Amino acid sequence: MRFEDEPVPGYPLPILPGHTSPGRFERVLRAGQFAVTAELAPPDSADPGEVYERARVFDGVVDAINATDGSGANCHMSSLAVCALLTRVGYAPVMQISCRDRNRIAIQGDILGAAAMGVCNVLCLTGDGVQAGDHPQAKPVFDLDSVTLLETARTLRDELRFLSGRRLSCAPRVFLGAAENPCAAPLEYRARRVAKKVAAGAQFIQTQYCFDMALLRDFIRRLEDLGLAGRVFLLVGVGPLRSAAAAEWMRGHVPGVYIPDAVIRRLAAAGANGAREGRAMCVDWVQQLREMPGVHGVHLMAYRQEQSIREIVERSGVLGGRVPWFPGRDSISDRRLSQ
Amino acid sequence: MYARRLWSVRHARALHAFYRAFEALLVACDPLWRRLGYARLERPAAAVERVVKGILFDCRMCGDCVLSATGMSCPMNCPKQLRNGPCGGVRADGGCEVRPDMRCVWVDAVAGAARIPGGLDALMSVQHAVDRRLQGRSAWLRRIQQRSAERHP
Repeated sequence: MRFEDEPVPGYPLPILPGHTSPGRFERVLRAGQFAVTAELAPPDSADPGEVYERARVFDGVVDAINATDGSGANCHMSSLAVCALLTRVGYAPVMQISCRDRNRIAIQGDILGAAAMGVCNVLCLTGDGVQAGDHPQAKPVFDLDSVTLLETARTLRDELRFLSGRRLSCAPRVFLGAAENPCAAPLEYRARRVAKKVAAGAQFIQTQYCFDMALLRDFIRRLEDLGLAGRVFLLVGVGPLRSAAAAEWMRGHVPGVYIPDAVIRRLAAAGANGAREGRAMCVDWVQQLREMPGVHGVHLMAYRQEQSIREIVERSGVLGGRVPWFPGRDSISDRRLSQ
Repeated sequence: MYARRLWSVRHARALHAFYRAFEALLVACDPLWRRLGYARLERPAAAVERVVKGILFDCRMCGDCVLSATGMSCPMNCPKQLRNGPCGGVRADGGCEVRPDMRCVWVDAVAGAARIPGGLDALMSVQHAVDRRLQGRSAWLRRIQQRSAERHP
């Protein structure tokens, strides 16, 4: 898909009425398309080639690529740098910002810098605690939280000023996202927390892994009860599980991941074919989500099995024949840019 | 202490009512505080507050108290100091992601808020980024000054 008013693919688009960013991701959602996003794990490396290599596995199957910000409190290349590399060749990244590592001075500077580098989407997160990662001895910052981070980004964009009140000469035109975990306690408060995030500026939500469709339906019903239908785009997080043992490990060690026993039993029953069964289950979830009212897209997370995302998207038919733009899709000269 | 903090959440309704009455009383005494001078009251007020709220809520003296909007569960006890709701890492049993032996302060906040009339709606108000310069200062005095200023603009 290429927009008619897209002069050079990957360059900023004219901002349409009702849009806040010059990015393709917002266009896709506002056009009513079912969007697909995927998570890119930044490398433990200073080589830009590794970033492009990791992005290329998503070519043609995702609308936007999330660059994680020290996910699980583990140190990797920064999300800002990954996004800046990705925008160079025209990808549409979602820059994740966590409140764990930087205070409001650093974060506001990063949002301006990211927008200057062509980043159009920002996902505002609280961040995992430092105890979860490879530097548990680090000082946790948490100067802002996800809600005040959203408010901060919106202030920069809509009021053209820093939190201090000092004026900007050019606003960062970013589409603002937030996360939610529909399966975490306190369940009854999760939808209200989304309402709060929307009030603070969230325009789209990407959820944590959601392996329990019944809990998800409940969550969506609560969102509707709070009058949020049509006020925020909801992208539900799913992914392929590799085996029963891997699922058990994730459930026990990755903060905020809930996997119902039934899912683990199904993986265990598949035995050596666990990985294939995991992908089949994921295809099934994606298809269910495609038909679920109130869901506007899927957010695919497949840590260390990113290659499987192509198969999942293609087998599920979730894009309905649409081919999201990627460097090289339309011409050979584009391809040269990315190599 | 942790047990007392849980007691406070269980008695959120009574504590909240007491807090409101106490605040009204202190606001009514504004002329007296003015005569004594708010600046001079800062240190003794902060000292009293540290002890009383320390006992009841494990108060961290952030100086910008939002207890009445968090079901009387102090959000600064959250290892991430989240003032706008729980993170996504709360464990299945309601335990804190960072300190599994402690219940998530927001699980407590939602339970406490449910006991206070209108408490769940109060949870919906967005708390702005906290001013870290207020750390260690008396939140009560600040609140009284604000309320008095609202009454006598």
